[in-house]
Amino acid sequence: MARQAPVRDVAPTVQRLRLRYAKRGRLRFTSTRDFQRALERALRRTGVPMAYSQGFNPHPRISYTNAAPTGTASEAEYVELALVKRLDPERLRDALDEALPEGLDVLEVVEVRTPDLAARLEASVWTVELPGVGCEEASSAAAAFLKCDRAEVSRLTKSGMRTFDAREPVVRLETREASPGADGTPCAILDLVVRHVTPSVRPDDVLAALRLVADLVPPIPARVTRLAQGPLVDGASDGDPRRAVSDPLAADRD
Amino acid sequence: MSVESVFPQLEALLPLVTKPVQYVGGELNAVSKPWDSVSVHWALMYPDAYEVGVPNQGVQILYEVINEHPDALAERTYAVWPDLEALMRANDVPQFTVDCHRPVGAFDLFGLSFSTELGYTNMLTALDLAGIPLHARDRDESHPVVVAGGHAAFNPEAIADFVDAAVLGDGEQAVLAITEIVRAWKAEGRPGGREELLLRLARTGGVYVPSFYDVDYLPDGRIQRVAPNRPGVPWRVSKHTVMDLDEWPYPKAPLVPLAESVHERMSVEIFRGCTRGCRFCQAGMITRPVRERSARTIAEMVDNGLAKTGYEEVGLLSLSSADHSEIAVIAKGLADRYEGTETGLSLPSTRVDAFNIELANELTRNGRRSGLTFAPEGGSERMRKVINKMVTEEDLIRTVATAYGNGWRSVKLYFMCGLPTETDDDVLQIAELASRVIETGRQASGTKDIRCTVSIGGFVPKPHTPFQWAAQLDHETTDARLRKLRDVIRADRKYGKSIGFRYHDGKPGIVEGLLSRGDRRVGAVIEQVWRGGARFDGWSEHFSYDRWMAAAQNAFEGGPVDVDWYTTRERDYTEVLPWDHLDSGLDKDWLWEDWQDSLAEVGVEDCRWTPCFDCGVCEQMGTEIQVGPTGVTLLGMPPLPPRGDDLLAAAPSPGTAL
Ligand code: B12
Ligand code: SF4
Repeated sequence: MARQAPVRDVAPTVQRLRLRYAKRGRLRFTSTRDFQRALERALRRTGVPMAYSQGFNPHPRISYTNAAPTGTASEAEYVELALVKRLDPERLRDALDEALPEGLDVLEVVEVRTPDLAARLEASVWTVELPGVGCEEASSAAAAFLKCDRAEVSRLTKSGMRTFDAREPVVRLETREASPGADGTPCAILDLVVRHVTPSVRPDDVLAALRLVADLVPPIPARVTRLAQGPLVDGASDGDPRRAVSDPLAADRD
Repeated sequence: MSVESVFPQLEALLPLVTKPVQYVGGELNAVSKPWDSVSVHWALMYPDAYEVGVPNQGVQILYEVINEHPDALAERTYAVWPDLEALMRANDVPQFTVDCHRPVGAFDLFGLSFSTELGYTNMLTALDLAGIPLHARDRDESHPVVVAGGHAAFNPEAIADFVDAAVLGDGEQAVLAITEIVRAWKAEGRPGGREELLLRLARTGGVYVPSFYDVDYLPDGRIQRVAPNRPGVPWRVSKHTVMDLDEWPYPKAPLVPLAESVHERMSVEIFRGCTRGCRFCQAGMITRPVRERSARTIAEMVDNGLAKTGYEEVGLLSLSSADHSEIAVIAKGLADRYEGTETGLSLPSTRVDAFNIELANELTRNGRRSGLTFAPEGGSERMRKVINKMVTEEDLIRTVATAYGNGWRSVKLYFMCGLPTETDDDVLQIAELASRVIETGRQASGTKDIRCTVSIGGFVPKPHTPFQWAAQLDHETTDARLRKLRDVIRADRKYGKSIGFRYHDGKPGIVEGLLSRGDRRVGAVIEQVWRGGARFDGWSEHFSYDRWMAAAQNAFEGGPVDVDWYTTRERDYTEVLPWDHLDSGLDKDWLWEDWQDSLAEVGVEDCRWTPCFDCGVCEQMGTEIQVGPTGVTLLGMPPLPPRGDDLLAAAPSPGTAL
């Protein structure tokens, strides 16, 4: 007699919530899977009434979208939760933020009122700090990159080594100077706006391209932060790069 | 003087290494105390990769016990992988703790937990990266006192050159006693320097300081005697035994790492010790007597631990969990309590009987029944008499049939190869046993879709066991025997396809054997092999047998001993064993008689259920067996709070239905 998965009374989903969270400081070294485990445990500790999947090995219903790579900090990561009881989003935000370690910070929680958040995450705004690289060197490399029509790079992805164009999805690439470090080393900053395409083009791909087209080799690994993701605004190529995308949760907020 | 974090230097290296998250700390329930707020600083190390070390209960317990002390702090450190090691060397980043990233060299005490000898080379890497001289004799007051603990510390002779001290047995009270001695010595202005501090520790009789003992050898290589070389240092050092586990419900706040570990669940230790008396089992021998935690404390630890960690699975841990006198009450109580909460419960099962299956059924009431594990250890009934693991073939078949009949689809059977008096035939009987298991299992389950996995590894004789005198089987014979077994299983047309075969080759066992029954002369081998690049010897992809043998050849050159002398040589009654001055409580004559009984294939009962057979532990250590039943029938827990009530929305908002 083969054992069947127990049929349980799974309570129906009555509410969906969208979270924006940040990955900061030393916790930027967490991978997506690390975050998933931490979130699921925090949800259990806070007693959030999650909806579960059926089967022998039921999982809480959580969808993760477009997570920033390991080692990259972010101010704009998105997750969606399905619940079997209606919760106050603000209280959930406070409780979850408290339960997660410092550095994985829940910034806002809104109730889902519109479908398909993933489709609204059209592009990301990144800043890339390059300690040890002077601003001039960085801006001439950026200019060389922008002049290209294509910039092929290769990266090991889940489906093996892939070669793709890192130039086309780059909407903006600008450079500025950070205030020098305590020991006086220079530090250039790249402001980068990249459309989400498949395979995804990430800041490290753009850095790989800068190395190829302009021999830019940072002496110290770059520090990358995703500042925002969302729909590209009209005129995304002018003005403050941080305004190049709009708030993807705006539609859920009434 | 405060101690700075090395994180800024480390941070720049992390993007260049694999799985950087293992070096950043940030575990839930980790503790950071200001350096200057306390006078005694402990760095605790599990000398393996973070993913193996972080779940370790011993370290978690000691970490918490020390951090609860108002005048002490503890931080943790783990072995760094070779990629980071190279970068740390190139950039002068020292061995660091993951809690506050403080340099290990700045601590007062550096405690290492050795559950296996294969962590010795990783200790040397850590010492070296920390800037602590490898040899204890080269250290001065500015260096931490290096203390070894854990099961392997019951014979620390092979690492005697590198450690300042070793502690045998339970650590909870021992670390507090050491903390107190260090605190007082520092408060008095460190009179007499390092020597005086070590003397104060040694005089307690519960801390072994190798440098205070001289070892003399006979011309043939055997030990002549081991004697203290300072007044006031005792002839023998005894182990520590915590007597009331209900008083020590640690860890109270288990660590939850961000990185994935090898043990993704919470553990609650339900008892310590084991008196089944399996003769190969060092753990069972050195942790006597059995001390149970009460059902109520266990339930509280489970409840509290789940609330503090959010883990979705709890393992009820001990050496033989089904032997707890109230295990049925505990299993049912917990299964009832967590029904419908998606909380998994598990027992590391080893006992081969139907009761174990009932328990496993209870614990997996709501979950998946994937696999059960049993450890008959000996392939033939004769072998099981030799090792005192009395399971008849009929019992085993009946148990396994019950398992398949209850919906379990796969059963794993653990065996050892190379046990004393074993022949090819004893091992080949495993194949017959496995075929019978599948045959019976197919009948019981009514399906061909069942599996049995035979997992077998080489036996390594361990100190403080009746087999401490035994000859280890050489790796060529071990491997040949295992190959024969594999061929017989493969040739089984009818059932062979349902039988999985996993084995460990014999070479690593020889190195483990050298280290576990080694004496001080083995230290030179460890140092040489480490200098030659040995790291992470417990990992087959890093382990090199040839490197070890070359180092041994060099180190033993011109002397009377070699690797075979330590491993495949049988010892006799009169030989002074390197660990004779380290007292696990077991009477050496009792062990010898048990060894003789083993050769005569005579069993010994479990002292929980039969009169004391005078193994010596309780008398020597002033301890006693602590088992129930206490008569508890309910766990006495308040009901679980409903989920999320404190977070509920003020009023149901209309919301767009999606
Ligand atoms: C859970 C477990 C595992 C887990 C988790 C390991 C981990 N990182 O903790 C996994 C599955 C990964 C595992 C793997 C292995 N395990 Co295991 N494991 C256990 C088990 C069931 C529990 C360990 C435990 O938590 N004990 C409870 C804690 C509290 O005890 P403790 O660690 O000894 O610590 C106390 C004292 O020793 C002391 N102490 C410890 N460190 C220090 C340090 C200092 C400075 C001081 C003062 C005191 C001190 O204080 C602590 C509190 O009292 C034990 C059986 C058992 N019940 O002990 C086997 C056991 C420890 N494992 C064993 C073995 C053989 C292994 C493997 C080698 C198996 C293999 N062939 O691969 C590997 C080795 C992994 C590795 N590289 O370390 C053997 C050890 C053999 C022996 N000494 O005779 C045991 C005893 C099982 C057995 N019966 O044979 N294991
Ligand atoms: S049952 Fe046997 S093998 Fe298991 S811990 Fe006890 S003595 Fe050791």
